[in-house]
Amino acid sequence: MWYVGEVIALHDETATARTISLEVAAWTAHVAGQHVDVRLTAPDGYSAVRSYSIASAPNSEGRVDLTVERLPNGEVSPYLSQELAVGDRLELRGPIGGWFVWRTHQTEPIQLVAGGSGIVPLMSMIRSRKAAGSAAPFRLLYSVRKPAAVFYSDELQALTENEGLSLTYAYTRDAPKDWPRPPGRIDTTLITNATWPSNLGPTCYVCGPTSFVEIAASLLIASGHRPERIRTERFGPTGDRK
Amino acid sequence: MSSNIYDYLDGNAAAGELSKIFALDVTVAQGQCAHCGTTKRFAEAHLYMQCPGVVARCAVCEQVLLRLVTVRDRALLDLSGMRYLSFDTSQSEQ
Repeated sequence: MWYVGEVIALHDETATARTISLEVAAWTAHVAGQHVDVRLTAPDGYSAVRSYSIASAPNSEGRVDLTVERLPNGEVSPYLSQELAVGDRLELRGPIGGWFVWRTHQTEPIQLVAGGSGIVPLMSMIRSRKAAGSAAPFRLLYSVRKPAAVFYSDELQALTENEGLSLTYAYTRDAPKDWPRPPGRIDTTLITNATWPSNLGPTCYVCGPTSFVEIAASLLIASGHRPERIRTERFGPTGDRK
Repeated sequence: MSSNIYDYLDGNAAAGELSKIFALDVTVAQGQCAHCGTTKRFAEAHLYMQCPGVVARCAVCEQVLLRLVTVRDRALLDLSGMRYLSFDTSQSEQ
């Protein structure tokens, strides 16, 4: 079942990532963490389908925000992140997936671990928590190449100040001056210092490129988290689909 | 760009394709691997999409659980790698 979404706003998050706000008629409200499939069809009938996580909080207005990172050799993401204009229409399928989701009735501590644009579905969870007035303790460990590559940075800053979100950035390439940790991949020390201890029984959501998720999930398990409490969403090569 | 061992996604990513066939969300169903007997959510399977169709493999033994190929108006689904799927039907309002 494909729906038509109209682009109502565009917002650049970084030099290579753009948030696309869509209004979709007859859309079922999503649950934080879900994704949509976007289908683009060329005049000759060739079509390409890609999955994108929803960034916005669940709502009943048919409003869906997607943040799309431009991939250098991408077939779809350059169009979505550069050429798409307000008023354009996109075909959408969804909302999709009932596993990598955070529901507002969950009260246990939540550990979010993002690698790069893996922040997108986790941001939907953070926004959903705020919209619902949930008191669930949230921590976010956000691994990102450099400060300029951070999505939603002002909003995240405000959430740490006003909403009790605990946030740790882990820079992999360039860190700000005087940053306590030298740039590098996430490691055991970081997991120990920046995530909920396993004895608090948190549910962990890990999203990022496959290699990042692999490392992050292994580190969480090594620090005592039960594998069944770790939910993962990998993204990476999807090939071409019709 | 990535090495071969990291060329998979999670079973979650097949939810859209599977929604063309199933009324319920297969990715939250518990499925038993017919090869090693592991029971997990389908969302936790390893999913390979850079092929003609979709292949899901057991996260434990890496044997094939599911294959789905769509050619024009025909979808071919092979579920022989799964002994069963167990659904929570209370979510079936969707």
